[in-house]
Amino acid sequence: MGMAAKSIKSLLVVTFSLFILLFSNRIQASEHPQPEQANTEGHAKGDFNVTKTILEHIKDDHSWHLGGHLSLPLPVILYTEKGLEVFSSAHLVDEHHEPIVYSGNSNYKLVEGKIKIMGDDGSINTKASGKLLDISITKNVATLFLTVIILLLVFLKVAAAYKNTGTTNAPKGLQSFMEPIILFVRDGVAKPNIGHMYERYMPFLLSIFFLILINNFLGLVPFFPGGANVSGNIAFTMTLAVCVFVVVNLSANKNYWQHIFWMPGMHWTMKLFLAPIELIGVFTKPISLMIRLFANITAGHILVLSLICLIFIFKTVVASAIAVPFAVFIGLIELLVAFLQAYIFTMLSAMYIGMAIEEHHHETAHH
Amino acid sequence: MLLEINPLVLPDIGLVFWNTVAFLILLIVLGKFAWKPILKSIRERETGIADAIASAEKVKAEMAGLVNENEALMVKAREERALMIKEAKEASDKMIATAKDKAKSEYDRIVAEAQHAILQQKNAALTDVKNQVGSLVIEVATKVLGRELANKADQENYIQQLAEAVKLN
Repeated sequence: MGMAAKSIKSLLVVTFSLFILLFSNRIQASEHPQPEQANTEGHAKGDFNVTKTILEHIKDDHSWHLGGHLSLPLPVILYTEKGLEVFSSAHLVDEHHEPIVYSGNSNYKLVEGKIKIMGDDGSINTKASGKLLDISITKNVATLFLTVIILLLVFLKVAAAYKNTGTTNAPKGLQSFMEPIILFVRDGVAKPNIGHMYERYMPFLLSIFFLILINNFLGLVPFFPGGANVSGNIAFTMTLAVCVFVVVNLSANKNYWQHIFWMPGMHWTMKLFLAPIELIGVFTKPISLMIRLFANITAGHILVLSLICLIFIFKTVVASAIAVPFAVFIGLIELLVAFLQAYIFTMLSAMYIGMAIEEHHHETAHH
Repeated sequence: MLLEINPLVLPDIGLVFWNTVAFLILLIVLGKFAWKPILKSIRERETGIADAIASAEKVKAEMAGLVNENEALMVKAREERALMIKEAKEASDKMIATAKDKAKSEYDRIVAEAQHAILQQKNAALTDVKNQVGSLVIEVATKVLGRELANKADQENYIQQLAEAVKLN
C-alpha cells in the first residue's frame, strides 16, 4: 500500500517535471510573437492581457480586492507641499473600478497604480508629483501589519507558555510547534555561522526569519487575508537587506575592516587592487539578499498566475484540466521555496554577521 | 532614465517606511517579550536536562562503586571467616594437644608412681622374704646343728639343697 502510494507519487513528479520541460520549450518558442499579439489585437478587441493581469496581481495596490466587485478601501496618506492629507482609497475609483480624480488639497488620480497630482488641464503635474510622498496603507502595508499582529500574538503566547509550563515540563501545543523552528534557527543557522557570540543576534535573526516566512506563506494564499505579494516586493526585501547591512557593519570588528581595506598577508599592490573589490562586496552582499528573495517569490507568483491565465488564453474550461494540477504542483513547490527563501535569507545574514565579527586567530598566533 | 525602470523593481517609499516601522516594532517587542524569554527557557531546560543526565551518570557510577565495595566487603568477610575458622581449629587442636600431653604426663606419673609403689612393695616383700629367709636360715641352721653333723657328705648335700631352695626364692 505504502509502496504503491510512493510509486504513484514519484510517477506524478516525473510526469509533471517532464511536462514542465516540454512546456517551457514551447513557451520559449512562442514567446516572441505573443506580446505583439497581446499589445495589438488584445487592446483593440478588449481582449485578455496576460502581462497586465499578472503584473496587477503582483504589484501593490491602494485597495484590497476581495472578489467580484467587492474591494476593501484602504487609507491613503499623502504628504505634499500643501501638508499631510488622509482619505479613503474609495474616492480614487468609480463604481466600475476605473480611476477618477479626487480633489483634496490637490487633484489626485491613480495612474498605473500610483497616485499622481493632476494639473488643471487634466494632465499629470510631473513637478508636483515628484515631490509627493505617498505613505498610504496599501495592500502590502496592511498585510505587513497583519503579519506583525499575527507574529506578536503567536510568539507572545508562546513566551507565556514557557513561563507557565516552566523549564521542567515538555512544551505543549503551539509552543511545541514553534520550538523546533526556533531551535532550527538557533542550531542550524545562528550557531554554525556566527559562533559563540550568536546569542546577541538571535532576536534579529528570528524576527527576520519569521517575518519573511509568514509573508511568503500569506503570499501563497490566493484569497482575502493573503494574496498580497509582500515578500516579492522589492521595497520589503530592500528594507530587510538594509537592516542586515546596518547590523553587519555596526557589529564589524577591526579585523573585518582590515580585511576589506588592507588585506593582510598580501603584497601592497595586491592590497591596493583588492580594496575596491572588497568594498564593493560590502554592498553586493545585502543587494544579493534583496534580489534573491524578491526574484524567487515574484517568479513563483508569476508562474502560478501564468498557469491559471492559460485558461483565459485558451478561453476554454478544458484548459483548467492541465492548468490547475500544474498550478497545484507549482504551489507545492512554492511552499518549499517559501520556507527555503526565509531560511536562505536568515542563513546568509547570519553568515555575513559571522564574517564581520570573526576573530582571526591565525594572525594573532604569529605574534 | 530612472523613470523607465520597471515599477516591479522600483521600491515604494511608503512601503519602505511602513516596513521599517513594522520590523522595528517586531524586533523590539518580540526581542524583549518573546525571543529572550523563550531562548532563556529553552536554554534552562537544556542545561536542566544535561544536569539531570550528568547526575544520573554520577549516581550510576556511585552505584557501581557501591556494588564493588559490597563485593570487596564480602571478600573481606569471607577471608575473615576463613581466618576465624582456621584460628578456631588451631585453638582446638592446641587444646586437644595440651589435653593429650597432660593426660600422657598424668598417665606417666601414675605409671611411675605405680612402679614406684610396686618397687617399694617388692622391696618390702624382699626385705620380708630376706627376713623370713634369715629366720628360715636360722631355723634350718638350728635344725642342721640339731643333726650334729652326722654325715659330712649328707651335710654338704643338705646345705646344697638349702642353698638351692634359697636361690629359688
